[in-house]
Amino acid sequence: MSTFTRAASDAATVTRRNLIKIRRVPDLLVFTTLQPIMFVLLFAYVFGGAIGTQGTGVDYKEFLIAGIFAQTVVFGSTFTGYSIAEDLQKGFIDRFRTLPMSPSAMLFGRTLSDVFNNVISLVVMGLSGLVVGWRIRGSALDALGGALVLLVFAYAISWVMALVGLLVRTPEVVNNASFIVIFPMTFIANTFVNPETLPGPLRTFAYWNPVSSVTQAARELFGNTNPDFPPPDVWSLQHPVLYSLIWSALVLAVFVPLAVRQYQRTTSR
Amino acid sequence: MTDAVVAQGLTKYYGSGDRAVRALDGLDLRVEEGTVVGLLGPNGAGKTTTIKVLTTLLVPDAGSAHVLGQDVLAHPAAVRRTIGVSGQYAAVDEYLTGFENLDMVGRLYHLGARAARERARELLEQFDLADAADRQVKGYSGGMRRRLDLAGALVARPPVLFLDEPTTGLDPRSRLGMWGVITDLVRGGTTLLLTTQYLEEADQLADRIAVIDHGKVIAEGTADDLKDRLGGERVEVVVTHDDDLGRAREVLSGVGVGEAVVDARSRRLTVPVTGGAGVLVEVVRRLDDAAIAVSDLALRRPTLDDVFLTLTGHAPAEDDEADADAHDPATSRTEAR
Repeated sequence: MSTFTRAASDAATVTRRNLIKIRRVPDLLVFTTLQPIMFVLLFAYVFGGAIGTQGTGVDYKEFLIAGIFAQTVVFGSTFTGYSIAEDLQKGFIDRFRTLPMSPSAMLFGRTLSDVFNNVISLVVMGLSGLVVGWRIRGSALDALGGALVLLVFAYAISWVMALVGLLVRTPEVVNNASFIVIFPMTFIANTFVNPETLPGPLRTFAYWNPVSSVTQAARELFGNTNPDFPPPDVWSLQHPVLYSLIWSALVLAVFVPLAVRQYQRTTSR
Repeated sequence: MTDAVVAQGLTKYYGSGDRAVRALDGLDLRVEEGTVVGLLGPNGAGKTTTIKVLTTLLVPDAGSAHVLGQDVLAHPAAVRRTIGVSGQYAAVDEYLTGFENLDMVGRLYHLGARAARERARELLEQFDLADAADRQVKGYSGGMRRRLDLAGALVARPPVLFLDEPTTGLDPRSRLGMWGVITDLVRGGTTLLLTTQYLEEADQLADRIAVIDHGKVIAEGTADDLKDRLGGERVEVVVTHDDDLGRAREVLSGVGVGEAVVDARSRRLTVPVTGGAGVLVEVVRRLDDAAIAVSDLALRRPTLDDVFLTLTGHAPAEDDEADADAHDPATSRTEAR
């Protein structure tokens, strides 16, 4: 076996282990899916009427869904950090690290199985979106592309969370720590409001925030935009798919090696 | 005979600057191929850190380590192919079944899917877990988890095995069971380095014992060597009146093979003896002759405390170990279970 196929088979073994856990602890899945449903309903009915079209030419419910998708998959990536910190605390990473397995397999296995979590979340949110009146108005292929942009970006962020999990070591702290970063990151964006309504510096942040471009990309690919109301004239939002993919690639290029390196020197205490 | 495990001058600090804690202080250790060495010491002595360095988990600040001739620091991947490790607490996945846990480890050792399955079933049988094989581990008892964890270390039939406190936290019955499993194992010629806080355990399982304190080995030898230095069994007497302590000490020193040690606060006297129960009778007779009232009297085997008293003149210290304990999962984890 070559190094690569060996690493791939190791990662598959770890992925399988994580997926078995999702199946055996259904509560986990129930709550990861209830949360986005709650968000869809809250925003659609609590803010929906009050917020109106926000000068985007699109009904708020339709505007909202892509934003909730983006927020949910980014939040979903914190699960990666949580699980890794948990494995570290329980001595599981020690066991893995004394095995002659590929040093990156544990992290690839973890991040890959978390993609599965996010796919489930997207399906559930899509269905609840349909119930409250959201529709895909473009082609099915475009819509799939939109989902793919969301998943790729979330995958990249889960590598950031993997590093956080290895450094922070306590699952609960990973959750709290990532919350204070991810909350503003997903709110100071075009997820729930039109960023043009934000004050100066926040507006600039929102324009260049990759969460905005991911949301914009999904919106466009789902056909939830109105051509009469184009997005702000900034490159990031004019080329949201490209900008999102560049961000994802950069994050992966930086954080995959950092996380793998940290993994190789981390041991339980 | 060649040495399967060699550690030389291992030094390891946790933290940095003024708050750095020295976990290992130039530790030297050898384990001859096919033998069992017990690393005996209190919490925070550096046992877990030693195991972590030897099993490629931790890079020391100084010193070298070799397993079967391979440099642990230069070729960790090669070392991992030859070792099996079972940590201080069972690193098994609660949500997987016993079979799935071992099957996964087999695959990660690259045995191949079929061989991994067969080996998993074989080990479950061998470790008396066959009935529980397809149940989730979260329903296992502490002893079963430990056995499963140990089985995980044996999946690839490694020639060198490291067990970190294999019985800590187990009830006496499970402990005996674990001893039986380990004894059978080393009969097959496996080289084993195990750590323990119990002299009795090291005595039962190990060919040689290395006593570790403050990150270095302070005594090394066979269990008999150490016992000779310790004087075998102990007679322990608690006198009823403080005034009798002096006279009781003279009486006991006359019977024992060494000086009696007095703990005035608890009115307890301890003296090393040889000759077993006969000595006890002699002690009772002499104390009675001297009209010394006794509230407790016992013959017992030496404990880790006695080892330390004899070798270092102090009981296993808990003072400055507090910091090291924060890095040594022994205390916290065991209590948490």
